[in-house]
Amino acid sequence: MTRWSWRRLVPSQRTLAIVPPFVWLALFLLVPFLLVLKISFADLNFGIPPYTPLATFENETLGLSIHLTGYIRLFTDSLYLATYLNSVKMALITTVFCVLIGYPMAYYIARSSPRVRNLLMLAVILPFWTSLLLRVYAWVGLLRNDGLLNKFLLSLGVISSPLEIYRTDLAVYIGMVYAYLPFFILPLYANLVKMDLRLLEAAYDLGARPWQAFWRITIPLSRPGIIAGAMLVFIPAVGEYVIPELLGGADTLMMGRVMWNEFFNNADWPMAAAVTCVMVMLLLVPLALFQYNQVKTIEHGAKGRT
Amino acid sequence: MNDSRHPAQQAADPAEFVRVSDVVKIFGDTVAVRSVNLSVRRNEIFALLGSSGCGKSTLLRMLAGFEEVTSGQILLDGEDITNVPPYRRPVNMMFQSYALFPHMSVEANVAFGLKQEGVPAAEIHDRVFEALDLVQMAGYSRRKPQQLSGGQQQRVALARSLVKRPKLLLLDEPMSALDKQIRQKTQIELVRILEQVGVTCILVTHDQEEAMTMAHRLAVMTDGQIVQCGTPQDVYAFPNSRFVAGFIGSTNLFTGTIVVDEPDRVAIESDDLHRPLLVNHGVSEPLGMQVHVSIRPERVVVTRTPPTAAHNWGHGIVSHMAWMGSYALYQIRLDAGKVVEASIPSLQLAQTDAPGIDEEVFVSWDADSATVLAS
Repeated sequence: MTRWSWRRLVPSQRTLAIVPPFVWLALFLLVPFLLVLKISFADLNFGIPPYTPLATFENETLGLSIHLTGYIRLFTDSLYLATYLNSVKMALITTVFCVLIGYPMAYYIARSSPRVRNLLMLAVILPFWTSLLLRVYAWVGLLRNDGLLNKFLLSLGVISSPLEIYRTDLAVYIGMVYAYLPFFILPLYANLVKMDLRLLEAAYDLGARPWQAFWRITIPLSRPGIIAGAMLVFIPAVGEYVIPELLGGADTLMMGRVMWNEFFNNADWPMAAAVTCVMVMLLLVPLALFQYNQVKTIEHGAKGRT
Repeated sequence: MNDSRHPAQQAADPAEFVRVSDVVKIFGDTVAVRSVNLSVRRNEIFALLGSSGCGKSTLLRMLAGFEEVTSGQILLDGEDITNVPPYRRPVNMMFQSYALFPHMSVEANVAFGLKQEGVPAAEIHDRVFEALDLVQMAGYSRRKPQQLSGGQQQRVALARSLVKRPKLLLLDEPMSALDKQIRQKTQIELVRILEQVGVTCILVTHDQEEAMTMAHRLAVMTDGQIVQCGTPQDVYAFPNSRFVAGFIGSTNLFTGTIVVDEPDRVAIESDDLHRPLLVNHGVSEPLGMQVHVSIRPERVVVTRTPPTAAHNWGHGIVSHMAWMGSYALYQIRLDAGKVVEASIPSLQLAQTDAPGIDEEVFVSWDADSATVLAS
């Protein structure tokens, strides 16, 4: 009896292995998020900190003041709703272009000879060796009215007046597709490269032309890679700040910029926190779908092995 | 033979339903298949037998259309298919790994080929279940391949390759993914299904037992070439080379020189034996030529008393004896040092007073049991 209870006190190796990531997530994700959630229910206050406390204890009374100011403004001021919708729209369009451009790239790399394959993958990863900020600044230099692209096209005589791309949504799309493309290619490549090519031979053998085999075998089998890549693009793209700030116009509404403005320009912490909390909820849905998809693939793979 | 180059003139000769003429395959600077000629009859089960790297799989892949032929010609039912892409050949293959589509159910896997052909949906359903019934897998139509055992996956793969009613069925190492215990049963079952359907079949294997169990005829391949082709019985009884004799079953090989050369028999003097070898068939080699003689272990008789014949026997002691269940394998060391293997059925061992280890014995065989090998 005593031995049994003693054993229960010692955590199993499995528990020990799971503890560090859980502690990490709790300390650096859950606690900060709860703090932000707390601030989102506070009211603006001039002082340090610049928001009212949630709970007060005065005259033997515990006062709990939950201010919904931020949330009410969020749902009444059409600016915020428009920003959310626009962020999702821009992230979606970015994702679609990443799929359209990234799939052929990942496919080509995965079907190259191993030596060429590694070289091409290096080329995909290479931009990460410089900071994102520098790479986006480079796009400013390329897209500006007196930038390299316009100078080149003008000198060729293709256009007579410079194209106005810089400070428009188009520039933001170019920058976002450029910045997020590797995140789509990497998981898709990992999926395509381990595909059993004998399945394609089996499809040809059964009468499928190469494009039919691609459509009915390669595409369905690479679906987990497409979904993983699309999620890796879509989720961070919704909250993107740097690219719309540097390449977008004043009218490019994106949540990252609104949050920045609320925090640093208006010093309205509760409002910024409310914007953040709603965005997290907005992103939880695709994240949950992503997680569901991942678990399903893992289970699928485990079943396949037995 | 010559008119095989003019497919339009050639009637579909049932003895040459599949005709492979001078087919060569070169990968870079390695020759995988060097000038193979082969004919397969209609509804025949034909085995390409050889160890890995002998070119048998490359030949099969050329028949399926996955590899281009460097030179030569492949005719199927009188039609030149040498340069026809795999998706337009009336040929289906059962892959070594089965290559079942993991994202499709058993039913969808079998239906795949018919859908590509544009067969009406109702007919697809009927034919899919007909094929699944044939392999006794109709009850598993909704399962995914990874939910099936290896044997069940093989049946589905077979149904998938038969459902399009191909003119030629290719089997790539059909038993290699199965456990040894169920292999033999599956081999017999597979042959039963193939004969029931009536399909011409070429299978590739490295397992001589598998080839002999399943095939009507077989070809032994080595180094990109066919070294011997015939029925399993013929190839086993009359191997044409030391390679074939050693590859198909085990054998006792004697080396000697021809001392008597007559049209229907030859005598060969060997240093290993007390008496000359007498072989009941003529050979093309001249008198005095050195040749090899093969005698299968089951043809060797072990006795305690000296044989009375003037030929085909030797004297030695039993050096080893292994009990194999249905037979016992004796190793007898001849006086000259050569070890001869003899397999003796268990029944015979039980009925007679069998010699034991270290006993002096005589080994002998009759003249019909020995074969002279040309190379």
